[in-house]
Amino acid sequence: MIRSEVLKSIVPVLDGRLVVCNIGLPSQELHLLHDQPSTFYMLGTMGLASSIGLGLALAQPDKVVAIDGDGSVLTNLATLATIANNVCDNFVLLIIDNGSYGSTGDQPTYAGRKTSLAAVATACGCAHVIECDAAETADVLRHALESDRMTVIVCKCESGNIPVPVIEIPPVVIRDRFMAAVKSRAAS
Amino acid sequence: MTDSLSQKIVDDLVANQIAFVTTVPCKQLAGVIEAIEDCERILHVPSNKEDEGMGLCAGAYMGGKRPAIVMQNTALGVTLNTLATLIQFYQIPLPMLISYRGEIGEKVACQVEMAVHTKALLNQLAIPTYHFHRPEDAAELDGILKHTQMCKKPSAILMDATFWRGAA
Ligand SMILES: [Mg+2]
Repeated sequence: MIRSEVLKSIVPVLDGRLVVCNIGLPSQELHLLHDQPSTFYMLGTMGLASSIGLGLALAQPDKVVAIDGDGSVLTNLATLATIANNVCDNFVLLIIDNGSYGSTGDQPTYAGRKTSLAAVATACGCAHVIECDAAETADVLRHALESDRMTVIVCKCESGNIPVPVIEIPPVVIRDRFMAAVKSRAAS
Repeated sequence: MTDSLSQKIVDDLVANQIAFVTTVPCKQLAGVIEAIEDCERILHVPSNKEDEGMGLCAGAYMGGKRPAIVMQNTALGVTLNTLATLIQFYQIPLPMLISYRGEIGEKVACQVEMAVHTKALLNQLAIPTYHFHRPEDAAELDGILKHTQMCKKPSAILMDATFWRGAA
């Protein structure tokens, strides 16, 4: 399975959830597969999906899924230490690890070589770290969301991309409709 | 015991409903960071690097908590992309309380190397910038915080060594 297939498989789990999605192809693919106001698409700023997701989870009680990539986590590796030390049980970090920088032409990352992001997360102090095969991702993610405990999932999949259009929604609209979705949960 | 200037800064943050603060330490800001940590109305989440901190702030803002970041001017370079493509692009209000190292009174020559670029970089990014040089300049903070929320931009509050020397 490649990343777009993993994303397709988790769409039913993400439906209606607060989602922060990584820059580039992951956001474009998710936008194509299942656009919803409660998904925050990153149009720039590589590496910060997990940080935005953690900040969001710390600021309000609803569950948050941050979808990150191996290359992006490697640019902000210390995020795993921040996550470990600021436990919030409404936060799930899903790292889709295809061992490559997908959005820039599938150049290999170190995560596809010697470096285990699951081991790094564990060493940082994250208590619940699960490495899974691509096909298991939907079940693992669903279980993590039901478990009421902060979880880091590293989904190992193949590299490869599908052609997808860029996201044309203006950033302020993405942010505004996302915040409205957050607010409507707080009200209900 | 928190110095009065640090306490005044934190009181202004609270009065402006700033409820989420991330910090990367600076010796000059130790008092403010301590007062933030001690403040029950503020969730303090230390970050490892300032761009990471700005990501946390963006998430907190969208989650309904007004954020602020406490950092040193030497880190401005690592935040340029984040300021442009996250904070400015998505119009997120973000007060940056910045220790302005490398100004008069500085003992570490290397700090001056970033000090001379600090205002130029902020100016290039069109970030509203305020320089606190004397303790009484802190009186402007409340207005700056309100202005930052109103215009939904990042703002830079540079606090130099002379400003902090007046703290007691
Ligand atoms: Mg990748």
